Amino acid sequence: MTARATHLPAAHAPAPHHYTTLGLDSRKVAIWAFIGSECMLFVSLISTYLIYKGRSVIGPFPHETWTDPSTGQVLKPILNIPVTSASTFVLLMSSLFMVLALAAVQNKEQPKRTRGERILGNSKLWLFMTALAGTTFLGFQAFEFTSFVHEGLTIRRNLFGSSFFTLTGFHGAHVTAGVLWLVTLLAIDYRRGLGSRDSLLVDISALYWHFVDVVWIAIFTLVYLIK
Amino acid sequence: MDTHASTTNLPDSAEALAHAPEGTGIEHAHPTWSTYWKVATILTLITVGEVWAYYVPSFVASRAFVPTLLSLSGLKFAIVVMFYMHLKYDHRLFRVLFTGPLLIAALTLLALMFLFGHIYIKIM
Repeated sequence: MTARATHLPAAHAPAPHHYTTLGLDSRKVAIWAFIGSECMLFVSLISTYLIYKGRSVIGPFPHETWTDPSTGQVLKPILNIPVTSASTFVLLMSSLFMVLALAAVQNKEQPKRTRGERILGNSKLWLFMTALAGTTFLGFQAFEFTSFVHEGLTIRRNLFGSSFFTLTGFHGAHVTAGVLWLVTLLAIDYRRGLGSRDSLLVDISALYWHFVDVVWIAIFTLVYLIK
Repeated sequence: MDTHASTTNLPDSAEALAHAPEGTGIEHAHPTWSTYWKVATILTLITVGEVWAYYVPSFVASRAFVPTLLSLSGLKFAIVVMFYMHLKYDHRLFRVLFTGPLLIAALTLLALMFLFGHIYIKIM
């Protein structure tokens, strides 16, 4: 005879339907499947950019100067590497803040004795820092887009403009969604507090955030650094 | 009477998981805070190296420039995926779900570059 209780202890696990037959939480399987599909999306955008690279008939160009034959105006290379390097650094740091936020939520119930442990265990602080870094990155991107438009590069100007704004714009939209997600988690943390039982919620958002970061790692090299 | 009677109606593996802290899944322990800081330092140093390489004209003109930057970028990508996304520690299925589509995408990218891009195979 097999005795089976129909309910789990509330403190231990979520509802049984969240598990796959492998014993993995289906929400985590779903986010990995989503990230896999997002890989394909971004590789298609990067492919388009690389195929059109160097095929623009008129400037401005990313790495070369261009003289407008009709006006004689000389346009400098349009990419601003120092600014983009700074925004890349900010996004890399946001990934660090995100893992610290996840670790803080996972270890919420552990006693914090020293000041350092209290800072590292403060999930609100790290979630806020991640959202702030994401917003700063978006600020850099807004600055970059605005300066490009002022210098004459729009999405309709040439092949470089079309593929560049599409690729980086899609990435920026993903960062925006990530920041909104983080702000939501931060609001939940302030409202009722995030504990270790919520760690999967933070883990899923962290996976999304790190994916946005790795996409930028590829974009930074392929679009900005390789001439 | 079955002395190993289950206390839940979950599959065995899920039952084992149910008694672990939520969010850990079937996985090993995640890295410590100090590991995360070390990873961040390594990522920053690689990025500094990439940007430095961009400003060395002789290196930019050399044939090693593009492979070096691609390698460094791939290294950063792998470090973030393994340590920050915990793919090194998580269940194998997650690795399959990520690397499978990534591999397909990478092969598609290569094929497109051979067809329409700047990569050419010299025949004869």
